[in-house]
Amino acid sequence: MSEQSAGLPFKTSAVTAANRSREHVLVAVLGMATALLILPLLAIIGLLVVKGFPALSLEFLFSAPAAGMTAGGIFPAIIGTLWLVGVSLLVAAPIGVLAGIYLNEYAGDTWVTRIIHLAIVNLAGVPSIVHALFGVGAFVLFLGLGTSILAASLTLAVMTLPVIIASTKEALASVPMPFRRACWVLGATRWQTIRYVVLPNSISGILTGVILQVSRAAGETAPIMFTGAAFYLPFLPQSVWDQCMALSMHLFTVSTQVPNVPEPIPYATALVLLGLVLGVNLASIIFRSYLRSHRKW
Amino acid sequence: MNRLSKRVAANARTRSGTALEPVIEWIIRVCGFSAIFFVFAIFLFVFTSGADFILHRLDAGEFLLSTEWYPSSIANKRYGTLALFVGTVSVTALAMLIAVPFGLGAAVFISEFTSGKLKESLKIVVELLAAIPSVVWGFIGIAIMNPLIIILFGAPIGLNVLNGGIILGLMSVPIIVSIGEDALKAVPDSYREASLALGATRWQSTYKVLFPAARSGLLAAVLLGVGRAVGETIAVLMATGHAVQIPHSVLDSVRTLTATIAAELGETARGSDHYQALFAIGVLLFALTFVVNLTADLLVRGTRDE
Repeated sequence: MSEQSAGLPFKTSAVTAANRSREHVLVAVLGMATALLILPLLAIIGLLVVKGFPALSLEFLFSAPAAGMTAGGIFPAIIGTLWLVGVSLLVAAPIGVLAGIYLNEYAGDTWVTRIIHLAIVNLAGVPSIVHALFGVGAFVLFLGLGTSILAASLTLAVMTLPVIIASTKEALASVPMPFRRACWVLGATRWQTIRYVVLPNSISGILTGVILQVSRAAGETAPIMFTGAAFYLPFLPQSVWDQCMALSMHLFTVSTQVPNVPEPIPYATALVLLGLVLGVNLASIIFRSYLRSHRKW
Repeated sequence: MNRLSKRVAANARTRSGTALEPVIEWIIRVCGFSAIFFVFAIFLFVFTSGADFILHRLDAGEFLLSTEWYPSSIANKRYGTLALFVGTVSVTALAMLIAVPFGLGAAVFISEFTSGKLKESLKIVVELLAAIPSVVWGFIGIAIMNPLIIILFGAPIGLNVLNGGIILGLMSVPIIVSIGEDALKAVPDSYREASLALGATRWQSTYKVLFPAARSGLLAAVLLGVGRAVGETIAVLMATGHAVQIPHSVLDSVRTLTATIAAELGETARGSDHYQALFAIGVLLFALTFVVNLTADLLVRGTRDE
């Protein structure tokens, strides 16, 4: 047998008992590797819940930090995160969705499109602290926005743009080509086709990407550190020109910058942040799988 | 789109296009190019913010090859980033030592040995793992890993290469799993069928057929994991300690390139040499991740073209 198998990458007598038991071992090892990845997720969530939940109360959620951050709650940080996420969404969503429309509906397969694609990949890969430097250089100083919610949100918007572009493109690509052809044959222009046929059939997929952007923006710390988020503010932000506190920044502060913080405070803060981010993410995943199972074509 | 439908579209435009349409299409086009604009803008602003120092007073040899980072010394300021670079490399290397076997193993398991509900659930878990904010990982490094490492290894301080490496490894795994899974999925089923029909076991087909076929995609997955680890800021700032030094063991404390910017930017005077040197590190980081991401993208594209 073995002389006949010279050209093959494996022995022809492969399915033997020994090989089969070796395969069982392999599957077990690979399965263990996968299980070991799930373990930290469960352990982290479990630990944060166990240690943070007792400190979690309505009072914690709705009161300001007190006694130099060693007491009180996280209300201003929650409000600040909502401001940052909201404003960055207002900027990133339209640009990102339109960019996705351009890439899927207008751009041909040319070198320009390739460069745009490369730029998106690189924009997604730029380290968050370099985004922070960009935010300081461009928004805080050059545009003169100062350290403000607006500057921080713009930084977040640039950073999360690739998320929206990629998912918009994917949502548009799932609309079958015959839909467009039918519309063109009826005499509609390209934009009319997009507006009345493509977008209505992909809007929920686009929304999924927008939701993902929210979860990403809410968790970031480095890009907002020097552009608009403050360690502590005695007042709530009134406009986009104010600075604000943020959940992620607050977790960083209470776990590294302030001495003698009672243990439950950072745990509870981490639990709220993780709950927010994973909750939004899970919502997007559930929404997406619901869409896939209810697609009409 | 074929030529016929293009002609139909062109016909339609002349008949019923609204006056607003050119404006809308122009806005869409501008937004389409936004990614290019922002990548250029990032490089431009980070570079120009440090340009005066980078072009006139920065000794490139010292910047890249000296381990002496004394930006706030009064008598003898030094801007050598080698120790920081080695800090980044050591933490990243340790992270990859953990993330690559686990990540690729999980990618193979999810892609080849699961199906249906189990596959979907595992992919969701990977997605959720990727969504955990880096500040939460950093907090886990401080609050959980740190005491654990002190107990297990008797390290004098828990904030060290080991701690940062494990945290970064866990953070890089999801990207390796999802890109690796994509690469394996892209291998045509006929390869698997042919290999199994020849009498190979599933392990043999995975190892001898799938791995070579998905090679560049798997390499791209690892590279993107490296990119993520090199660029990560807050988690390593919190988990690796603050000593600017070349580490001699995994229990030494180090400082990475990213963490240095995050730790010092707030304390420097705007426009000072120190401030501009931090932007120079930013340029270095931008260049590093640019090369890594570009290579990964070319590899992924290479597989797709085959």
